[in-house]
Amino acid sequence: MKRRNFIKQTAAAGSLIGLGGLSMSNLSTSEKKHITILHTNDVHSHIEPFPLNDPKYANQGGVARRLTVINKIRTENPNTLLLDAGDIFQGTPYFNFYGGELEFKLMSMLGYDAATLGNHDFDNGVDGLYAQIPHAKFELLSANYDFTNTIMDGHTKPYRVFIKDGIKIGVFGIGIELDGLVNKRMYKETKYLNPIEITQDITQKLRQEEQCDLVICLSHLGFDYGDKTIISDQILAQKTEGIDLIIGGHTHTFLDKPVIAQNKAGQFVLINQVGWGGINLGRVDFYLDSSKNLEHSSTVFAI
Amino acid sequence: MLLIIGCKQQQYKPERIQAELVPVDINIKSDTTITSFIAPYKLSVDKAMDSVLAYAPNSLTKKDSKFNTAIGNMMADAVFELANPIFKKRTGYPFNAVLLNYGGIRSPLNQGDITTRAAFQLMPFENEVVVVELSGYQMKEMFTYLSHGTAHPISNMQIILNKDGSLQKGTIQGHDIIDNETYFVATSDYLQKGGDNMTFLEKPISILPLDYKIRNLLIDYFKKKDTIAPVRDNRFIKEN
Ligand SMILES: [Zn+2]
Repeated sequence: MKRRNFIKQTAAAGSLIGLGGLSMSNLSTSEKKHITILHTNDVHSHIEPFPLNDPKYANQGGVARRLTVINKIRTENPNTLLLDAGDIFQGTPYFNFYGGELEFKLMSMLGYDAATLGNHDFDNGVDGLYAQIPHAKFELLSANYDFTNTIMDGHTKPYRVFIKDGIKIGVFGIGIELDGLVNKRMYKETKYLNPIEITQDITQKLRQEEQCDLVICLSHLGFDYGDKTIISDQILAQKTEGIDLIIGGHTHTFLDKPVIAQNKAGQFVLINQVGWGGINLGRVDFYLDSSKNLEHSSTVFAI
Repeated sequence: MLLIIGCKQQQYKPERIQAELVPVDINIKSDTTITSFIAPYKLSVDKAMDSVLAYAPNSLTKKDSKFNTAIGNMMADAVFELANPIFKKRTGYPFNAVLLNYGGIRSPLNQGDITTRAAFQLMPFENEVVVVELSGYQMKEMFTYLSHGTAHPISNMQIILNKDGSLQKGTIQGHDIIDNETYFVATSDYLQKGGDNMTFLEKPISILPLDYKIRNLLIDYFKKKDTIAPVRDNRFIKEN
């Protein structure tokens, strides 16, 4: 017996006293849930659609169009989360002129719930990032950057649990090693912690303590490298457990549909990434059921 | 009674997962609250970006020629001309040469007015000029690397390849490389950190960042010169 089922059924039944007459299947049929995850990565300050003379992406993307798409999906399913996997900054003069202010303001207007940090989000240094914090009405999530000795200390969280229609969705952020990608003068005393170790700790916490039903990792590690010694989303998926979906970035990989990887415990993990520049919006729909109902069945991937 | 709640297992599991890639393209109407919010920002960015810095009598692209290109020569020579006074002021002596990368020429320079926007397109990244001190051995490694033939922009160096593509000679400011001599080469922080596999830049004898973005340097160069009409020359050639 699950508490949530109990409470909901009791409330619905009004004066119902006791539950002796209700079988388990009765309890669960009405308990199906639908959560929609929308996501972007590596938008790189592409506020307007790509210019008409762009050789590859002419007239694609654009924040104003993105909101139209998001609003339509939110009308279909209000239980929607909007997430970004980093590299919000750098790529058009909007960043050079306004330092990321417009990017953060627009993401707030679009109702982003959370984002993680990419290497380019340090392009104006930790100070430049800090200066834009007041414009972000969404969570900046980073579990493996230790900002303790920087001005960013206290302005990110390792994870955040969102509750939509009673479903607990744990979202955490993982960043790429900055050394070699970003000038030390920019990231200063930011410490990079091992993504695999941190992920193990966080997923454990999200599953056990926070009792999350879904766990999503916002990662800026990059999709896959031929070199197995470089930690990618593929490696992270394989070497950890407890993640349902990795929303990736950094490698600007265009995936038509999420890739299915297998984790340490033999369970499936989805990895998705939707290119860059706001050309696409990723959408993943989770249909959930009481775990009791699903004990002997496996998840169907309609992808 | 039924409240056996202590158990800490999760309550819901995904039974079905569906995914879709949603293109954000011309078929989607723009949300007008967003476009009007962007408008004032766009206006001032456009105004600044459209300011004219110089004039180009001809269009230049990195595909115009092999081994060295007019546009690449212009970029490397610009670094030599504008970064050297800064280096000299800090150290008391000038650097010897410049090495950039072919991939770093991010767009053509079109015939007509050269605007700030053109400088941003040519160099969209935030790369900065750094000067590395290289040993004679590292210089030779550089020439071996360059002998592969990609038209990486250089200034104050010359490379001549034999007919068969092997390295005939590499010189710096007209001189052969001396093994136990050191040389000062200006490059970008991106390449210094091993970008484009230029590993000979990774462990220089000394390094001095100039805090000068290459894009800003180009903007300053365009402002300084009225007309931008560089040429291909014989700084990097292959014998016929
Ligand atoms: Zn990126």
